[in-house]
Amino acid sequence: MSTKVVKSIREAIGLSGLKDGMTVSFHHHLRNGDHVLNIVMAEIAGLGIRDLTVNASSLFDIHQPLADHIRNGVVTAIQTDYMAAGLGKAISRGLMEKPVQFRTHGGRPSDIASGNTPIDVAFIAAPSADPMGNCSGKYGKSACGSLGYAIPDAMYARHVVVITDNLVPYPLLDWSIPEIYVDAVVSVDAIGDPAGIVSGTTRITRDPVGLVMASYAARVIEHSGLLADGFSFQTGAGGASLAAAGFLKDIMLAKGVQGSFGLGGITGYMVDMLQAGCFQSLLDVQCFDLKAVESIRSDPRHQEISALHYASPTQRSAVVDSLDVVILGATEIDTDFNVNVHTDSNGYIMGGSGGHSDTAAGAKLAMIIAPMFRARLPIVTDRVTCISTPGRDIDVLVTQGGIAVNPKNGELCRRLRDAGLPVIDIHDLKAKAESMTGTPRRLTKGDRPVAQVIGRDGGLLDTIYNVPEA
Amino acid sequence: MAEIVRVASAGTLESSDAYVEIEPADEGIEIQLESVVKAQFGEAIEQAVRETLASCGVERARLTISDRGALECVLRARVETAVLRGRGES
Repeated sequence: MSTKVVKSIREAIGLSGLKDGMTVSFHHHLRNGDHVLNIVMAEIAGLGIRDLTVNASSLFDIHQPLADHIRNGVVTAIQTDYMAAGLGKAISRGLMEKPVQFRTHGGRPSDIASGNTPIDVAFIAAPSADPMGNCSGKYGKSACGSLGYAIPDAMYARHVVVITDNLVPYPLLDWSIPEIYVDAVVSVDAIGDPAGIVSGTTRITRDPVGLVMASYAARVIEHSGLLADGFSFQTGAGGASLAAAGFLKDIMLAKGVQGSFGLGGITGYMVDMLQAGCFQSLLDVQCFDLKAVESIRSDPRHQEISALHYASPTQRSAVVDSLDVVILGATEIDTDFNVNVHTDSNGYIMGGSGGHSDTAAGAKLAMIIAPMFRARLPIVTDRVTCISTPGRDIDVLVTQGGIAVNPKNGELCRRLRDAGLPVIDIHDLKAKAESMTGTPRRLTKGDRPVAQVIGRDGGLLDTIYNVPEA
Repeated sequence: MAEIVRVASAGTLESSDAYVEIEPADEGIEIQLESVVKAQFGEAIEQAVRETLASCGVERARLTISDRGALECVLRARVETAVLRGRGES
C-alpha cells in the first residue's frame, strides 16, 4: 500500500529541501494548545537551518520559544495576522531587526495565492490524517473542527507536511485538505494540548456593563433595517459580543426572522442560533469551543470554509462580501472611527486584525462593541495608537455610555434615534469618558519600526514603533 | 491630625481597583506607586493620594499602592479606608 508517512519531523524537513532563507508556514486552529510550531521550529534549529521567514496565521503565547529562535538567527522575519501579548511585548521592545508584517485573515491567503508571500514548506497540524495526507480537523483526540486557515497554505506551498496524532487507514473521508496537496505525513504522540485547543465553553459576560452594551448592540441590529429574512451575521468570542448574540437570538425568535448564515470563528452560541432556527447554515473558518467542533462534525448545515473563501479580497468573491452585520471589538477607536486591535494603550503589540478588517469592509453594518473605558483608559481617543481597521469601514460604536454612529451613515443614525436608542456624537462620548477617567497623558513612541500593518488591499495601513524602556 | 500606628490595607488587585497598604513613618509622606496606567496617569494618581491623605489629616505615612486602573474616586476611597484602618483611635 502506498504511503507518504515518514519516520520523523526531522526526516520530513530533510525531504522538504528546506534551506537557509526560505519561508515556513503554520496555522493556528490549535490556538494556545498548539505543539506543532514549537516542535517543528526546534527540529529546524537543530538542523542548523537559519534566516527563515515564519508565516503563521496567528501566534499565541504558547509560541514564546520563537523569541529564542529569533535571538539565535533561526528566524529573521515574521508574517502573521495576530500576535498575542507575550511575544508581542518582546517584539515591541525591539527583538527583531526586520519589522513583523501583519496581514488580515483575508489578506494573508490572498498574498499566498498571488505569490506575493510564497511558502516553501507548510506544516499542517492535523487532528486526523491518513497515510496519503487526506486530513481533517473534525476527528481525533486533538479535534479542533475547521482547518480553514490551513487550506490556502496546503494549496499553494511548494511542499506540504501533514503532522497528525491520529493516523487512520486510507481513505479518511470528509477531509478538510485532500491528499493532492500533501507531500509527507508524520505521526507524532500529540499535536497539541486539548485544554488549550478549544475551550470547554465560551462564556457570556455577567458583567453588568457588558450586558448593557450587549443589549444596546442587539437593539442597534434590530433597528438597523437589516434584520429581515435572509439576515447574515458574525460575532467575536468576547463576553459582550456573545451576550449580544444571545439577545439577538431572542429578538430573532420573537420576530420570527429566518436568517441565512452565521459566519466566522464559530462558538457554541452560534450553534445554538443555528439549532434554534435563526440561521440556515454556519460557515466556519475556525471553531472556538467543543460545541462548535461537535456541530461541524455532525451537522451538515455547519460548513467548513477556507480562509480564501472566508475573506480574501482577490478571489472572485468571498463570504464577507455577503455579510450583513458583524460585531467586533477594539482596544481603541478614534474620533474618525479608526480602530486599533494590534496594540494596547501603552503601544505594546497584543493582537492583530484577524478577520476584523475583512469583515468590517465586507459587512453592511460593522459594529464595534467596547466599554467607555478599561482600567481607567478611555476607548475613544483623538488618534488610535495603531490603525488596524480604517474608520471608513466602521459604522457604529456601542458603549454603555451611548451609541456613536459614523457620520457617513446618516440613515442609521436616524433609525437609532427614532428607536429611542441613546445616540451620542463620538466627540461627546470621548468627553463623557474623560470626565470620569481624567485625560490620559499621550505617550511618546519609539523611533524604530517593529511592525507593519498591511491592509487587506495590500497597502501599508500603519507602522508600529518600538516601546522604549520606561 | 491622624497618626498611622499600624500596618493596614484596603482594596484589591482586581482590574479597575487599587490595593493600598499604609504603614507608620517617622516623617513625611512616602508613596511607592505601581500602576498599569502610570505612564498616562502617574502624576494624577500621586496627587490624588496626597490630597486624600491631607484631607484625612495624615502627615506621616508610608504607602505602597498597586493600581490596576482605578478611577480617581475608587483610589481616594481605598486610601481613605486604609487610613481609617491604620490610625490610632479606631
